[in-house]
Parts: sequence; C-alpha cells; structure tokens
Amino acid sequence: MTEVRTPAVPIMAVRRRRRPWFVLWLRRSPLAAAGAVIILTFAAAAAAAPYLALHQPQAQHLERRLEPPQPGFPLGLDQLGRDILSRILFGAQLSLMVGLVVAVLAGTLGTVVGMVAGFAGVRTDNVLMRITDVFFAFPSLILAMAIAAALGPSLFNAMVAIALVTWPVYARLGRAQVLVLRRQEFVEAARVIGASDARVIFRHILPNAVSPLIVQASFNMGEAILIAAGLSFIGFGAQPPTPEWGVMISEGRDYITTQWWVPTFPGLAILLAVTGFNLLGDGLRDILDPRLRRAR
Amino acid sequence: MSRYLLGRIASTGLVLLGVSVLTFFIAHIVPADPVLAALGQHAREEQIQAYRRAYGLDRPVVMQYVVYMGRLMRGDFGVSIRTRRPVAEDLREFLPATLELGGAAWLVALALGIPAGILSAIFKDRIFDHLSRIAALIGASMPVFWLGLLLLGYFYFRLRWLPGPGRLDITLSPPPERTGLLLVDALLARDATALVNGLRHLVLPAVTLGLFSTAVVARMTRSAMLEVLLQDYIRTAKAKGLPVPRVLLVHAFRNAMIPTLTIIGISFGSLLSGAVLTETVFAWPGLGRYATTSAISLDFPAVMGVTIVAAVVYSIINLIMDLLYVRLDPRVRYD
Repeated sequence: MTEVRTPAVPIMAVRRRRRPWFVLWLRRSPLAAAGAVIILTFAAAAAAAPYLALHQPQAQHLERRLEPPQPGFPLGLDQLGRDILSRILFGAQLSLMVGLVVAVLAGTLGTVVGMVAGFAGVRTDNVLMRITDVFFAFPSLILAMAIAAALGPSLFNAMVAIALVTWPVYARLGRAQVLVLRRQEFVEAARVIGASDARVIFRHILPNAVSPLIVQASFNMGEAILIAAGLSFIGFGAQPPTPEWGVMISEGRDYITTQWWVPTFPGLAILLAVTGFNLLGDGLRDILDPRLRRAR
Repeated sequence: MSRYLLGRIASTGLVLLGVSVLTFFIAHIVPADPVLAALGQHAREEQIQAYRRAYGLDRPVVMQYVVYMGRLMRGDFGVSIRTRRPVAEDLREFLPATLELGGAAWLVALALGIPAGILSAIFKDRIFDHLSRIAALIGASMPVFWLGLLLLGYFYFRLRWLPGPGRLDITLSPPPERTGLLLVDALLARDATALVNGLRHLVLPAVTLGLFSTAVVARMTRSAMLEVLLQDYIRTAKAKGLPVPRVLLVHAFRNAMIPTLTIIGISFGSLLSGAVLTETVFAWPGLGRYATTSAISLDFPAVMGVTIVAAVVYSIINLIMDLLYVRLDPRVRYD
C-alpha cells in the first residue's frame, strides 16, 4: 500500500515531522473517521448511560406524560411520562450489543464455513456453498422473523435469528479469500514444512484474509441494528418496557402527529448509529482495498 | 447458452429444495411441540393423536419431511390457526397487494436510483455527486418503518395531501376482483375513481419501501458507470466524435447495467423484507402484514407459508435477472 516514489527534491527537503496516526487516517478516509467518531460517541454514551441519564429509563412521571422537550427532559417525555433521552441512552447499550453479538456470531460461523469451503475439496465446497445459497434465497427480515417466531420473541432470540440470517455473506467472502490465498507461495511454503490444514487456515490464511471480513463486520453491525429494531417494532425482538429503539418507536407510533418527539428521536438514534457503521464500512473498504480506489 | 440456462434453472430448483428443508427444520424441529402450538394447551389426548396422525408427526423425521414436501408440491401449506382457512388460500388473497406495493417501490427505486447513479458518475466529486452519495448513505441507513411513520404523519395527518393507510378509501367500493392487483382490476373495470384513489394510496408506502433500494441501486449504478467510463471503448467512441449523450447512454450505460442488474434482483429481497414493516405501518393488506399478525398469534403454518412464498418469489426474480444478464452480456453466453 505504501507508494515508492523517486524523490524529485533532495531528501532533506522531504523529511517531515511524523503526524499522529489518526491524522493520517482522517486524511486518508474522512468517511471512515466520521463513522468512527459517530460510533465512538454512541459507545461512550452507552457506557456512561447510568451517569449521563437524567432519569431512570423506566421511571414514570405520569402527571407530565407526553410533554415536549424542556429543561430536565431534553427530548421530551413519552406516553408513560418516561424521559426519552434517558431511554435512548440505555437503548444505545442494547443496540450496540446487538451489533457486536451478531457480528461475532455471524462472522465466526460464516468465516469458518467459508474457509473450510475454500480449503476442502470440491465436494465439500459445493455442499457448503449450496447451503449458503439456500440462506440467500430468503429475504433477510422474513427469515429472521420466522426463526424469531419459532424461538419465541426476545432480544436474545432476535440476535440469534439475525446472526443465522447474515452469516452467509461472511462465508462467501472468506471462501473467495481462501481461493486466492491458497495458491500463494507463503501458503505453499507453510505446507511444505508440514503445517496442518488447521494451522495453514488459521495462522497463515486467516490473518491475510481478514480485511474484507472486517469491512463486512462493520456493515453487518449496522444491518443487525436495523433488523433488530424492525423485529422489535413488529413484536419479535425486545419487549416493552425495554428501552430498545424499535420498541420505543412502536410504542410511540400513535403520537406521530400530536407529540412528534415520542417516535421521532428513537428513529433518529437508529438512523445515526446505522449511518455511522455504514460510513465506517465504506471508509475501511477504501483504506483496505486499494483496487476500489480507482473506481471511486 | 442452453447449458448455462439449464444449469441455472437446475440450481434454482436445488436451492428451492433447500428452502423446503430449512423451513421444515424451523417449523417442525425448532418449536418444542408443534402439536401444542397448533391445538393449544387444552387439547384432549385423542385430538393430539388425531393431529399427529393427520400431519404424519408420528412417523420418523425423514418420512415427516417427505410428507411435508409432498404437501408443499401440491400447494398445501396447512391450515392457518388464526383464520381457520387453508394457508394457500390466504396467501393467494394477500400476495397481489404485496406484489403491487413491491412493484411500485421497485419502479421508484429504478426511476430515482439509476439516473442519480449515472449523474453522480458523470459529475464525479462535484456537488451533485456528494449530495447524491450522502442521500444514498442515509437512505441505506434509514429504518423503513420509522420513515413510513414520518411520511404518514406529515403528508397525511398534517398536510392532507395524500390519503392514509389502506389500499383504497373506505368510502369507495373496490373494483370487481380479477387479478387481485387493485390498479389492474380498476383498469379492467374502467373505474377511474378507484384507479386514481388507489394510485394516491400507493404513493407513500411505495416511496417508503423504495428508498432503501433506491440508495442501493444508485450506489451500484454509480460505481458501475465509473468503471465503464474508464474503458478504452468509451475513449474510442468519444474520439470518433460521437455525441456525448450517445456515448453515455448507449455505450456506457448499457454496459454499466450488467453488474447493476444483479443488484436490482437482489434488491427485490430487501423490498420483500421491507414490505413486512411498511405494510404494518400503512395497514396494507399484503403478505407482510399477514405474516406479522399471524406470527403474533403464533400461527406457525401461516408464517412458514409466507416465508416459503417469499423465498420462491425472490429466487424466481433472481433467476429472471440472471437470464437477462445473459442476454445483455454475450461473454456469459459463450463461456
């Protein structure tokens, strides 16, 4: 990735002060940096929710229900008189956890399946890839809904369902990487000195195949937050009174015209968080995959 | 060509077979007791035995799958626990509304996404490109049910510009049902009032549902166009002195459409997913709303019916896209 250029000016003139890594990163991909800032802000807000929140997420001030944004309740109160900002802050904990858990579950399952498919013989490869094709044949939310309905509605089951729906992308990416890398000399060399298949896959191929998987993980986290909110909205994810963003929109949907702040702010939180992950994914792809830079 | 075609059709068949295995697994193995789910907790022992015999649940799992597959092949999805009607009948009733909504949303996505992508590529790194990329990013990150609520709140409740939930005003009587597609039925019945009213009802849900796909299509069109615009044949066409619009539309766009087609096919899947949420918000009497109301009342045969139909529709759309791909790209034909 480093460009080698013949210095056109004397060496002394080009020797510059080294800039900190984040400045370089920011210059290289402002998109990724913007995404990272959004996500870090959400992560910090989620971590500090118990200290930042002005009220308990379940605390009801029934006499002030549906009041507009005001000092003390910066984003207003919902239909049960709960502070919307506090609920959004605690909701950030849940949404980020959903993104992380789904990315870990789906990423691990998909990567292992993809690597095995690319490394094992044609027959195993065919079987595994046809299985991923079957998962691709379903519109994601519909399959997730069917699985979540079968397992019973809860946020945990929704995460399992989303992971089961989104792993095939990792499998395809992982397999494609293995197919390229297994012909490389360093892999041949590892085999010649007698490394086992598992060692070749996990020590030599995986570290070199990880970039597109990380990019996918970023998109996957955003997607997971969206699907989880959707499942909660229709009743298959988190259940009331959990301060989950999808649940908050679902509970506040009747107030869209009269007390717009009730469903609007949780939706904005979803939009912003998912935008953060998508920006980060886009930016990371630019940084990690120089081939794409030309086309952008 | 015909070998590719046969191979592609065979693999779709194989995938659909896999779909049946997976749905069988979800429907028959995951819930602790499908009998209990169907009959409720207070079922008598003889009822349970009769149900188990009727649905082959007393046989080995492999035989159960064979029975299940045989029923699917005959279009028998079981009886809905909630509506007490055959699920196939329900699906037939609700599918057209979803197809109409999905089709309209698809049109929105293509009509906005393709021109936006082309213009973005032509004016790369200029203000239009930046704006359209930001819009695409936001569109791809938008929770569709929330957008639906906002649009409904603003354009229906506040401004009164467009009608509210449902396919038709409740004061209007729907045209006689022939295809189930309201607009087509209205056209066939020459019912202009129903046609206009139906179209107006379609605007908000179609825009809501189409926005995500618009973003995806715009992004893909843009990057495909950028890739194509760098090719030698584009330079040749320009060097020959062909008018720029001709170079862009005939030489560049046609080739950029090839990778875009696949994305357009795939985006239909997100439309079907989004339909579940959009139909819930807009009280649209389609498969998505049927699925959610069924799932809430633990009506498993209905949910699995919708899941299978969605997978079949999606697979067929993708098959059609791949066949179009072959028509557009001779290289695939001769490989």
